[in-house]
Amino acid sequence: MSEPRPSDRRRRLVAIDGAIALMAVVLMVQMWLLTATLEEYLRGHRSIAAPAAIAAGVLFAVCAGLALLVHRIDTTNRRPTDTSGRR
Amino acid sequence: MSTDPLWRDEFSIRAADERYVGRRQFAKFLTLTSLGMFAGNVWILVKGLVARVPVFAPAVVAKAGDLPVDGVKLFTYPTPKDPCLLIRTARDTYVAYSQVCTHLSCAVVYDASRRQLECPCHHGVFAVADGSVVAGPPPRPLPRVTLERHGDDLVAVGLETEIAHE
Repeated sequence: MSEPRPSDRRRRLVAIDGAIALMAVVLMVQMWLLTATLEEYLRGHRSIAAPAAIAAGVLFAVCAGLALLVHRIDTTNRRPTDTSGRR
Repeated sequence: MSTDPLWRDEFSIRAADERYVGRRQFAKFLTLTSLGMFAGNVWILVKGLVARVPVFAPAVVAKAGDLPVDGVKLFTYPTPKDPCLLIRTARDTYVAYSQVCTHLSCAVVYDASRRQLECPCHHGVFAVADGSVVAGPPPRPLPRVTLERHGDDLVAVGLETEIAHE
């Protein structure tokens, strides 16, 4: 057993930062979607609510998937690398 | 020999560690916020589905000749908590709008010299002809009270949240 190579660790950290940045972008889109949907609802356009809810669900799924990815990569990064050939 | 005070053994959490937010923790926070946004969208959907079509009871607002041209009368419709404005814009033309600004719910007033409705709080301006936003921050037109004339009586029969030509 040994520590992961610094280059691997750095690559994973970049991947985590990228995933978190993407999550932030998804969240901003969701904020816009929610305010726009509310505006349209108050305006009397109720038919917009269903597609907006579906889109918000998809964005949440993307966000949750990215969070899972961050969790997995972070777990891998913390685990010492097994160099004995066993998986 | 350790230089830390004795209480450090009992309470070993450092303030800096306490405030540190890890990547996993931050990702979890973002995901929960995303869930909140999704819940908000679902709430709007459910509210739209369960909301019943509002029924507006007819209510006499004023007598036709009571107001002078460019005169204004305050009334409430459809409930006593909904202030509205009745404006006589011409000899035989009356319009009525909700008095609640669509920006931050201040009371709008009619400016007869400019023939427009104005919100004094943030200078929102609405057209008196159809309630549409002319200037300022309001995001939506003023809800328009549908009026009918029954003899000499001006009767409010409904509330439109959107102008017809939009």
